[in-house]
Amino acid sequence: MTGNLTLVPILVLAAGTFAFRFGGTLLRDRVRMPERVRDLLGTGAIVLLVALIATSALTRGPAFAGWALPAGVLVGGLLAWRKAPCVVVVIAAAAATALLRLAGVA
Amino acid sequence: MRSIWRTLDAELWRGVLAIAVAAAVNGASFGAIAVSAGFPLWVPVVMSLLVFAGGSQYLVVGVVAAGGSPIAAVLGGLVLNARHLPFGLAVGDVVGRGWAARLLGSHLMIDESVAYAMAQRDATRARAAYWACGAALFAAWNLGVLGGSLAGTLVDDPSTLGLDAVFPAVMLALVLPALKDRAKLLPALLGAAVALAATPFLPAGVPVLLALVGLVAVPRTQALTA
Repeated sequence: MTGNLTLVPILVLAAGTFAFRFGGTLLRDRVRMPERVRDLLGTGAIVLLVALIATSALTRGPAFAGWALPAGVLVGGLLAWRKAPCVVVVIAAAAATALLRLAGVA
Repeated sequence: MRSIWRTLDAELWRGVLAIAVAAAVNGASFGAIAVSAGFPLWVPVVMSLLVFAGGSQYLVVGVVAAGGSPIAAVLGGLVLNARHLPFGLAVGDVVGRGWAARLLGSHLMIDESVAYAMAQRDATRARAAYWACGAALFAAWNLGVLGGSLAGTLVDDPSTLGLDAVFPAVMLALVLPALKDRAKLLPALLGAAVALAATPFLPAGVPVLLALVGLVAVPRTQALTA
């Protein structure tokens, strides 16, 4: 039974998400930060992005995502490291994952 | 605005185009999943325009489709999106000074636009990359969602096409340049390990925020001299 999603929860999620986005830029302006703190924030953003990559490549819900997904992402990552164009990275990652699944690798 | 157009050279454009294509594919997959889970067309379309944060949208649709409460789903989505607060602190100066620019620029703040801005070598290019990437992504993601929702049930299981590998692969390509700096690589690896270890035990979104403990691995010498 689905469809139990009205406009209100969507608006709450949208408003909250915008508040996070806008609040960060506002805080940066209002608070004088030493250079060291600014550097840490830059590193913090990279740390968050890498954690997001790791969790979205290796897990689905609370469990391991299976080997096909991280293998495809790894193929894409290696190509990116070898300076392949971004489009090639995208296609190779999806194709590798799809082929592995076709071959029966979860 | 004009300076953004002038700064965008072929190299920046190619990057933006590829990221946009990936977002359109990912959006189509989100739209198809939402509609095939039984939601009416407007749900994925309106959500994508107003929320514009893919991960949280997948989470909300997934939780509600599985019979979970919309309140829990929205709370999970908000936790997942809390990372935009530190993103705004990190890239706030590329978002713009005036109120109009800041309101619009904030809405375009998404993992890809933040990563692409941070991959640039100077502030002018970072600003151009952020806006071009954010705007292209907004258009591509929403068109993709609309297309996927309309095509809906054509693809029964988007995972057979490997589409779930697209987002992490693009993000990896975007953050690789920053990871050449050991002062960022070490905290990032530690943070990712913490997030992965926490994933089985904590609700979605919390493990990624917990990754910030990786900042303890920032080398002290750099911290003192910087």
